[in-house]
Amino acid sequence: MSDTASTPPSAEIDEQTRRDFLLVSTATVGAVGTALSLWPFVNSLNPAADTLALATTEVNLAPIAEGQSITVVWQGKPVFIRHRTKAEIEQAKADDSAALPDPAKDADRVIKPDWLVMVGVCTHLGCIPLGQKEGEPKGDFGGWFCPCHGSHYDTSGRIRKGPAPLNLPVPTYEFQSDTQVKIG
Amino acid sequence: MSEQQPTSKFMQNGVVKWIEHRMPIFSFIDHSVGSGYPAPKNLNYWWNFGSLAGLALIIMIVSGIVLVMHYTPHTTLAFNSVERIMRDVNGGWLIRYLHMNGASFFFIAVYIHIFRGLYFGSYKYPRELLWIIGVLILLAMMATAFMGYVLPWGQMSYWGATVITNLFSAIPVVGESLVTLLWGGFVVDNPTLNRFFSLHYLLPFVILGLVIMHIWALHTFGSNNPTGVDVKGPQDTIPFHPYFTIKDLYGMGVFMLIFLFFVFFAPNYFGEADNYIPADSLATPPHIVPEWYFLPSYAILRAFTNEFILYWPVSWLMTAKLAGVIAMFGSIILLALIPWLDTSKVRSARYRPVYKWFFWIFVLDWIVLGMVGAHPAEGIWVVLGQVATTYYFAHLLVILPILGVLERPLATPESISASVTQPAE
Repeated sequence: MSDTASTPPSAEIDEQTRRDFLLVSTATVGAVGTALSLWPFVNSLNPAADTLALATTEVNLAPIAEGQSITVVWQGKPVFIRHRTKAEIEQAKADDSAALPDPAKDADRVIKPDWLVMVGVCTHLGCIPLGQKEGEPKGDFGGWFCPCHGSHYDTSGRIRKGPAPLNLPVPTYEFQSDTQVKIG
Repeated sequence: MSEQQPTSKFMQNGVVKWIEHRMPIFSFIDHSVGSGYPAPKNLNYWWNFGSLAGLALIIMIVSGIVLVMHYTPHTTLAFNSVERIMRDVNGGWLIRYLHMNGASFFFIAVYIHIFRGLYFGSYKYPRELLWIIGVLILLAMMATAFMGYVLPWGQMSYWGATVITNLFSAIPVVGESLVTLLWGGFVVDNPTLNRFFSLHYLLPFVILGLVIMHIWALHTFGSNNPTGVDVKGPQDTIPFHPYFTIKDLYGMGVFMLIFLFFVFFAPNYFGEADNYIPADSLATPPHIVPEWYFLPSYAILRAFTNEFILYWPVSWLMTAKLAGVIAMFGSIILLALIPWLDTSKVRSARYRPVYKWFFWIFVLDWIVLGMVGAHPAEGIWVVLGQVATTYYFAHLLVILPILGVLERPLATPESISASVTQPAE
């Protein structure tokens, strides 16, 4: 460097302000621009169009007898559909006034009380709760039980006991007819 | 390659001299791990584990690069491609078992290396940055191991990935979007597998870069030693080569014997049988358990329930789930602050009669946490996990700072030589 040095050392010190301003502003614009240019790379990690395209699932409810449950896949996630018994509906309504970690009325979680539709993914760490099939544990509240870390859900899918913070979420869905729902 | 004095026969070779003049790589190697690196003459076998970890890293990179030549990162093909490696690829079973068990032995070497640093106070001035880089290596290793475990796409791969990525959903407001971003979808699926594969290939080279920085920082002040007393002069050191190269090689022989015993005779000892079942996104295995090297962290994560005493002070602020996530990451990140949490000026536990006990209790606590992590969160294990978690943080945040003030250390020797020629006490 000493072979090509042309700026007298003292001059740099005397004219610091203007140079510093140019240096800092240039560097700032460069840094902001570089940071912004990262966005397309980060955004490419978000769900792609084909993943988003699988947004709805239609289900025929006719074959599901009272007291039975089925699991369907919506956006890759299991959705629990339970044809609830009269007793389960009564229990769910009675528990509206119980101490709930995530308070919600049963009436707000269903469109028709007979049919409980919700995403079957534990709100703790994403395991699939048991209780859909006969013989599986249904937990202390007659609904679902997550085997991973012991969360208990009631007959309305509300969290009652264990580490999960929230109720099983209810997806957007609509009845296309009495025996047909469209999820999503 | 023999690293000898710059005046050696090797350095007088014409080709060596030609290269050395243009890029002094031979003297660089000599000063790094050769005769030009003066090491404390009293380094014991606990000082082998750094080079053992380096050996493990090389084994992982070499076996990993070959595995990638046969592996297919797609949800429909990944599991079968791993099975093909095991059954059809020539020697594929060996390469995969080396890689699988190599991960465990990498962590064994690194954990012992860390505890050695804790016992002999290797993190104290002027080696704080060296220690911090080490903690970064540990974090990078954990990320790499986690993503690597997902690649075979078995049940444990899938559900381990689901549970761990779901941890981020605990973050308020942005949690859900962040998890969707991590997954590239609404569940762990093919996009997730692909990005994990990409990062699993990248991160080992990041680790390699960190290791080079780690060694650079090490060589700035040289190795700590069992007395913790600074090197006072040439009488306290011996050349790294041949004295410690041969000692490290001996350790590598022993390490390889144990490692290869597992590779050949108990290759699935550290694994989970469930991971030989292809991933099923609609059925969670009854007992999800991480690889053994994550068990203490997992126990800390699970200790945080609504009833846990450490959760009470923050219960108005966050959910128990978020508190658990913060505690789990905090338990590793806090290690980086140990140089400042430990207020004692004496490095080696040899001259710290009280710390010596607390050190071993901490080791025990860590092992208990590991056992808790391996069991379902029920009954006694819940209480034990909460006690052990409390103690873990108490050791780092309460015991270390107070002990440095209250403890009366023994007299440290004047020098490394004096510790032998004039025994203390």
